[in-house]
This record gives sequence, C-alpha cells and structure tokens, in this order.
Amino acid sequence: MAIDLTIKIGGEGGEGVISSGDFLMQAATLAGMQVVTFKSFPSEIKGGYALAQLRVSDEKIYSQGDGFNVLVAFNGEAYEVNKSLLKPGTALVYDSGEEADFTPEELPGVIMYPVPMSGLAKNELKNYIVKNMVALGAVSELFKIPMESLRESVKKKFSRKGDDIVNLNYDALNAGANHVKNNLKKTDPFTFPAPKPKQDVIIIEGNEAVAIGAAMAGCTYYGAYPITPGTSVGNYLSNFILGLGGFVYQTEDEISALGTCLGASFAGAKTLTATSGPGLSLMSELIGLAVMAEIPVVIVDVQRGGPSTGMPTKHDQSDLLQACFGTHGDAPKIVVAPINVEENLYLTIDAFNLAEKYQSPVILLTDASMALRVEAVARPDMSKVKNIYREVAKENPENFQRYVVTPSGISPFAIPGKKGQAYAATGLEHAENSGPRTNPETRVIMTDKRWRKFDNVEKEWTKNELEGDADAEIGVISWGLTATITKEAVARLRKKGKKIKAFYPRLLWPLPVDAIKKFTDSVKTVVVAEANYQGQFAELIKMKVPIHDKLVKVNVYRGEPFIPVEIEKRLEEIIAKK
Amino acid sequence: MKTLDVPLKAKDYRSDIEPTWCPGCGDFGVVTAITKVMSELNIDPDHVMAVSGIGCSSRLPLWLRTFGFHSCHGRALPVAVGAAIANPELTMMVTIGDGDMFSIGAGHVPHAVRRNFDMNVFCMDNNLYALTKNQVSPTSREGRKGSLTPYGTIDIPINPIDLMITYGATFVAQTYTGNIKHTTDLIMKAIQHKGFSFINMLSPCPTYNKEETFKYYKPKVYDINEEKVHTDVSNRLKALEIAATAIDHFHDAEARIPIGVFYQVDQPVFNDKLNELKTRFKTQYGSPEKPDWNKLFDEFTA
Repeated sequence: MAIDLTIKIGGEGGEGVISSGDFLMQAATLAGMQVVTFKSFPSEIKGGYALAQLRVSDEKIYSQGDGFNVLVAFNGEAYEVNKSLLKPGTALVYDSGEEADFTPEELPGVIMYPVPMSGLAKNELKNYIVKNMVALGAVSELFKIPMESLRESVKKKFSRKGDDIVNLNYDALNAGANHVKNNLKKTDPFTFPAPKPKQDVIIIEGNEAVAIGAAMAGCTYYGAYPITPGTSVGNYLSNFILGLGGFVYQTEDEISALGTCLGASFAGAKTLTATSGPGLSLMSELIGLAVMAEIPVVIVDVQRGGPSTGMPTKHDQSDLLQACFGTHGDAPKIVVAPINVEENLYLTIDAFNLAEKYQSPVILLTDASMALRVEAVARPDMSKVKNIYREVAKENPENFQRYVVTPSGISPFAIPGKKGQAYAATGLEHAENSGPRTNPETRVIMTDKRWRKFDNVEKEWTKNELEGDADAEIGVISWGLTATITKEAVARLRKKGKKIKAFYPRLLWPLPVDAIKKFTDSVKTVVVAEANYQGQFAELIKMKVPIHDKLVKVNVYRGEPFIPVEIEKRLEEIIAKK
Repeated sequence: MKTLDVPLKAKDYRSDIEPTWCPGCGDFGVVTAITKVMSELNIDPDHVMAVSGIGCSSRLPLWLRTFGFHSCHGRALPVAVGAAIANPELTMMVTIGDGDMFSIGAGHVPHAVRRNFDMNVFCMDNNLYALTKNQVSPTSREGRKGSLTPYGTIDIPINPIDLMITYGATFVAQTYTGNIKHTTDLIMKAIQHKGFSFINMLSPCPTYNKEETFKYYKPKVYDINEEKVHTDVSNRLKALEIAATAIDHFHDAEARIPIGVFYQVDQPVFNDKLNELKTRFKTQYGSPEKPDWNKLFDEFTA
C-alpha cells in the first residue's frame, strides 16, 4: 500500500515554521520522495499564525491533501486553530514543559507526543532561535525522516554562516531526536516512505519557477514594484539576472513597472513584471497601450484575495475577468494559467513566446498558494527550450510601415538603432505608418487587424488537457491550482469506479472555444470548479458556449485552496443524482 | 551619442506627418530648435528616441523622423526609463507638457531624476491644459479661470525650476520658445550634458492663454547667464535663490522672468553604474551571451 503522509506545522510567524517546512521538503526530496507543500502566513512580519504543510508519498500526488496525519504545534495558537481537526488516529507533537505557552487537553484517540521544544532550545542549547530545529529532530525520529537528508539540507542552508551555526543546528536536531528516543514510545502507524535514490531535480517555489522560466526565455528587463504575493518573482530574478545580462529595476509604482517594461520592449528587450490584483488594476491603462502599440510584454498576476487590499497573503482565483477585460476599449490580449509549479516555469517561457509572436501583452495568472508551493521539478534542459523573438523588419526596408496590414495581423517590428525603421508608436488609433488617424475605414481595418492576430491562438498553442472516461456523463472543468486539486478528486472517483471526465485548459483567453465546446457537448452536466465567488471561468465559458442549462458551479472563496475531498464529494453527489 | 557620416539638414529630421498644433503655438519653436540641434550635432536619427505623454506638446515625437513613443498621459518618464535601460546608446528626449510632468505624471519625476538617467526632459509649459480646452494646470497662476474653475483657481502654482533643482536634476534650465536661438542653445547644452537634463520651456498657448503670451514674456525674460546674475551654475544655493523668483511675475507686475541655465553638475549616470554592476556579475554563469544554465540550476538542488 502506498504511503501517504501529511504533516502540518503551525506556530507563530517568525519562529521558523515556514523554514521547517522547507527543510522537510528538501530532506524528503533528497530521499527520493514525492512531495507537495502548502504554506500560509499572515501579512505581519512577526506574530500571527503561520503554517507549513507537507504531504509525502512514494507515488505521484497532486494536491496538499485533505487534512493531516500529524500536527506539530509550536505554540498554543497553532493548537487552538487546529484542535477541531485533531481526529482520532491523528498524532500531535507539541511544545511541552515549563517554557511552553499551553497544555493541550486529552483528545479522544489522538496520540500525544510532548516535546519541550522551547525548553530544550532555551536551556540546553542556550538559543531560542533553534526551537524549530528541536522540533524537526523530534519529528524526524518519530516518523523516520532520514536524519542524514535533514542534516544535508541544514548544512546547505547554513554553511555560509559558518560551522558554529551549522553545528548549533545539528545539536538542536539531535536534542529533539534524543528526547524522543529517551522519553517517548511511538504508538502511531505513520512513517515516511523508505529512501530512494536521489533524483536530478531542482526544488523550487512557484514564484521561483516563474523567475527561472523568465530567465530561460531570455528576459533581460524586469520592472519591479513590491506587492504581496508577487514580489518574490523579482527577488529571485534579481539574484541571477545580472549574470545573464539583464536587470531588475525597482520602480516607484506599478504603473511605472509596466511603463518601463513597455519602453524596454519597444527598444527590443524581452520584459516581465509580476504583480498582484491591486497592481494589475493600476496597470490597466498601460496594458491597453501595449495592445494599441503592439508591444510584447509578460505580466504575471499572482492572485490574492480581493477586492481592494483584501487578503494579501491568501489564495484566490478572482482576477480572471479583470485579466481578460480590465482594459477600456476593444482590447484583445492573452491570458494563460499554469496548474502547478513546474508549469509556472514552462508556461512563463510560453508566455514570452506568445507575447513575442503576437506582439501583445500576455497575462499569466498564478495565486498566493501557488507562489509558495514548493515542488521538485526535473532539472530543466535548455537545449529543449525553443525561444521565439518577435518578427523584426529588415534594415533599410522600402517604404517601411510599422503597422502594415497583413493576413495574420502581425506586422514586422522595428527596433531603435536599426536603419530606416524609425516610427513613433502611439496609443492613438493610427494608420499603417503609425500616424494618428480617426477615419472610419482605418479604424475598422486596424481594429480587425489587432483582433485577427488571435484568431488561431487556440490552434497554434494547444495546451488543453483532457482526462477520464470518454463515455462519462459528468465533465469537470478547472484551471490554475484548482485543476491540480481536481485531478486528485477525479483520480479518486475513478478508482472507486465512477465515470467522470475532466478538461483543464492552460489558455484561458481567448477562450479555447472549439475544445471546450467539444468537451461540454459530450457530457450531460458540466461542473466548473474554481476558487472565486462568481464562478468567473464558468461565466467566461457561458459567453461563448451555450452550457447554461447543464452548468454546475463549484466554488470556494475563503482564502484557502480547495481540498480534494470537497471536489470529490460534490462530484459524487452530482453523479448520484443522475 | 551616435552620429552620421553624411550630415542631414534640420528639415530632414522632420517626419512627413503634419503638425496639428494651432497656428502661433509656442511648441513650433521647440520642433525647430530640436531639429536644428540634431542637425548641428550630426545625430543619427535612428539612434534617437523621443517619448511623450498626452497633450498638445506630447504630439511632438510624431513630427520627428526618429524613433518615438507617444504613450499615455503622465507615463512618458517610465517609458523613457525602460528604453534607456534597454538601449543606453539612444539619445533620449522626453517632450511633454506641464500637465504630464507636474500633475498626472508628477509621481514619476523625482525617481527618474534621482537615478540621473542620461536623458533630456523638455517640458513645454503653457500654464494650462489646452487639448482638453482650457483647464488650469499645476503651473497656472492663482486666480486664473479655467473651464473647471470658472471663478478663478484658488490653488497656488508650483515652481518647476525650484522643484527640479530640489529633486536633484543635474541640469536645470528655463527658456522661452519665442526666442528660438535661446531655446536652441539650451537644447544643445542639455543634450551635451551627461545626466538628467530638464528645460522648462515657457511656450505660450495662443488659443486659450490670453495672459502668458509672447507679448507678455518678451519684455520680462532675462538671461541670467548673459546678464552675469548667475555665472557659477554649480552653485546650488545661488541657483535656488534665483529659481525662487521664477514665478514672482504671477503676482508682481515688475518682476522679471529668469531664463538660462540655473544649475549644472556632473554626477555619475545610472547606466554607467548599471554597467559596473553588470561587469561585476558577468562571469556568474560563465558569460551572459552563452550562460552555463546548469550552474544556475545547481543553485536550486537540495
């Protein structure tokens, strides 16, 4: 039987909860396991409740799981928040003794492992900061997490700070492990899978994957303005982009972040900016300029809970309609969404290719959970990556017209410094030579040209994924991180013998109408699962495909992703009604 | 600055697109002066970029046979900054109005200034919004009537010269576009200055501005450099002292209007500093042209 173990660590922000999750992730990956992580922390820098959750298996897993088997409570708040989820059969590892700020009550059937995390750190190791390492040592001993792997990742993280720091952390790991050996008796059935050979993988966060993808795509300019949870794309990129000949420029606001991207792209660079909902709102006008002046640019929107400031650190998929329509005028653009961390990397490369090919803004939608999710991804092979650069006009062309009308709608780009291509881009409606023009004929020709570019995106960039039983009567559609969670629900249902099929698009706008119509025509009920109140993708589909009488929306909007069992149960109910 | 082997005449720097400005607009003088300077310096128009926002004066890039970007209202500076970082060889001009510069786009100004980008900002200041048919702007005198302030504005105007010296621009000047020779000389100096150059160009609007007209300016302006009022242009306090008088004429009929170079200093420019950074990191992954990608990926292994 496959091992499927979920450990949740909770505590106060700033006391090493998140880094504990990272260490476990690294250690599990070093031991060749499949891992999915989930992290959540408050907007505050210190204090507030933070959690890191790690699900490990020896088989392929998609989501962060339905719940947890083991709770590691660093403090009383973590215990209180999760108390109702401590069901019989789960295990609780908690901070105990005089230095702990709480004492848990006896919960029926819950296996209790008291570990004086604060006490050992303070009194034995004389350094409260290693409390989390004491906890990790105990967890490692209890659930057979290979100590060697843990030590290896600790060494990698702290070696720059010197041997003393590395040894202090080793000592803390040992103190936790020894406490378990000497004082506790294991009575739960949970263990990590047996170690397998180390794989050739990179361990990256969602936002890290975007940054790496951008670098691989040849991005040399990033316009940065800090906004949670998008900021870290720029943080990561700034660590390596100078070595690749590029630059991360911190601007004065999001408008400038995109404005500088447009200037740099006009001058020939591949450009990126990453933001979140409020930043995307501010960028709307310049997105329209990119559409009108036909300037390639990639915008990553790491979605968070809105509207307004909303919930800056929380998961939401509610910027979809803003991404598709948040620009005045008839403004075509491309919106894509990856479904996991690995795709954050490869779809970022694709987003650049689409932006360059169609000379258009491309918005890539991820979210706060995806940004922090850590996955082990096969080491990328640069020789397999195909990068596209915009079609550029010849030097000294005869009678050069920047916006010459072509069958594809795509006109050769001009690059400053090249001979005989001088033109002034403008946000005004313009003729083929870029001169302002408002006569009806030009208006129609140029509007048609701008839209015509996207007529065939669906056929030219096919990344739709279809799975399940061809003869199923229920079909589920889902996008972004929710698609990954839906996959797990679908797999479980099919394991139970239920018939179901699923469709996971990566291209959200222009809507892949043909593929969606084919899918929805083939089923009696269409379920669209997504993390927003309105059912935004369902509404988008309704604009183009008549599914009104067979649509069921399944939504969460609480600031946390779906858990697979929610989708599984809803689908099961719908199947049962048929 | 990239120059040509075969010189062009000033008119060769003009595009085929006919200006849409009203007859008698002060901005014509700016086009004349810019093209004259480009011709005198023999600048290669394929390596020039003129960026603007929205407004009458912001149409200017369309009249030039150079690269241009007529962007959105207030956003000329970010666009110029991005292009300047991506291609440091471009001679960069930002041709905007007082609304773009000191109202909707004012938030961008200090940040382009403090980086000391090597660019030239020519602000055609007509003391009002003209393209939207006469509203007051941040440089309108108190009491001026506009379509949104029919009773006369109760706002105090800003002083562009004072502000730009305070922000730290490394070249700050004022000209009056009725004197094309003066405007040309200052544009020449600005383009030759390495760093962020700002010229406030008093540019009368013949259609809506019945106060700050050519006739109004002509007897009032005086060149602070020629009249030896200001000879050491690196003296910041003296520059500020004279700048403080720049808008006195709004409330003092006797006050003269200072034009000329107020302030000029040499300071390291952004792109030189960026080049140093790039040089420092260029072997991080072998070389930027042919990076060793595995070296990058190794940073993410467990």
